Amino acid sequence: MNINITKYYYGDIPEEKGGGSAAHSESTANWPLWEVFIRSKQGLDHKHVGSLHATDEKMAIENARDVYTRRMEGVSIWVVESKYIHASSPDDAEAFYEPANDKVYRHPTFYDLPDEVKHM
Amino acid sequence: MQSQTLINYSLYLADNTLILAQRNAEWCGHGPVLEQDIALTNISLDLLGQARSFYQYAAELINAANPGAAPATEDSLAYLRDVYAFRNCLINELPNGDWGQTVLRQFFFSAYQFLLYEKLKQSPDETLAAIAEKSLKEVTYHLRWSSEWVIRLGDGTEESHARMNKALDELWSFTGEIFEAAPFEKAAAEAGYGVDPASLKDAWMEKVTDIFTQATLTVPAQRWMQTGGKEGKHSEHLGFILAEMQFLQRAYPNAQW
Repeated sequence: MNINITKYYYGDIPEEKGGGSAAHSESTANWPLWEVFIRSKQGLDHKHVGSLHATDEKMAIENARDVYTRRMEGVSIWVVESKYIHASSPDDAEAFYEPANDKVYRHPTFYDLPDEVKHM
Repeated sequence: MQSQTLINYSLYLADNTLILAQRNAEWCGHGPVLEQDIALTNISLDLLGQARSFYQYAAELINAANPGAAPATEDSLAYLRDVYAFRNCLINELPNGDWGQTVLRQFFFSAYQFLLYEKLKQSPDETLAAIAEKSLKEVTYHLRWSSEWVIRLGDGTEESHARMNKALDELWSFTGEIFEAAPFEKAAAEAGYGVDPASLKDAWMEKVTDIFTQATLTVPAQRWMQTGGKEGKHSEHLGFILAEMQFLQRAYPNAQW
C-alpha cells in the first residue's frame, strides 16, 4: 500500500491562493491540519480538544466525531483549519497582559448586589 | 412467536454483522491514517454490538424452545458453531483487499442495512424492532462515512479510480445474494415480522447509482451472482475467519476473565 501524504503542521503552513480546502485539492495529496472544538452536553461553549488531519471539512467533522466523541464527550463539533487560527505571540505577553494587573478599578466588584439578583 | 424461522432469521442478522465486524477489525492498527483506523474500528464495534443483540435474542428463543437442553448463549452461538451453520452473506467473508475495496464493501452492505433496519424497526416483533431502531442510527453514520469515501476515491486520482474499479470487479458478483430471499427470510416476511430483501433491491440500486455517479464509477451490467452464504455454503474464507475468531473459546472452553 503506497500512499503519499504530505502533512502540514501548525507553523509552517504556506499561504495558499484561494484559501479553504475544497474537495478538488485532494489531487495534491495535501492533508491540512484542523483544530477541533467540542461542546459537551452540559456545556455552553465549544472547547478545544485537539487537532487532526483531513482532506476536507466533511472528513474533518467525521474524524472529529470518531476520535473525540467516542465516550460521549460532546454533542456539537466545530472544525477550523489551523491556518485560519491566529494566535498571539508569547513574546508579547508582557506588553499585552501585565498592564491589566494593577488596574483594580476596572473590576465590577465595588457595589453590593441585592439578594434578589441571581445569575450575576 | 418462537419458531425455528424466527431463530434462523435472528441468527442470519447476527452472523452478517459478526463476520463483517471481524473482517473490519483486521484493519485495527493498519489503517492508512490514524483517524480512519479509528473510524473503521468504531464501525466494527458498532456491528459487533448489533451482532450481540441479535445473538442474545436468538439464544433466548432457542432456550425457550428447548427447555431441557444445555442453554445456548450469545457466546456459544458465536464461538461454537461451525461454517455450515453460519448464514452470513458471502460478501462479508471476502478478504478486505485494499482500503478502497473495504470501503466499497462497507458502502454496499451499509446501504442494505439502512434500508433493512428502516423496515425492520416497524416489525411487530418488539425485540427485532428495538434492535433495528438503535442500529439504524449507527448504520446511518456507516452509510454516510462509506459513501463519502467511495466518492473521494472514485473521483480522486487515476490510481484511486483504478483501484476502485478493481474493487468493484471483485465485489459486484457478491451483491446479488443479499437480495435473494433465503427460505427463512421468505417465511419471516410472510409471518409479518421479517423483511423480504427483494423489496429493498430497487432502493439500494438507486442509492448505489446516485453515489457512483458522484464517484464517476459505472454500475456494472447484469452479471451472474454468487450465492450460497445464507444456506451455509460458504467460500474458503469463512473457515479461516472462524479458526481465528473461535480458537480461544474452543481451546479453553468456558474460559473467562
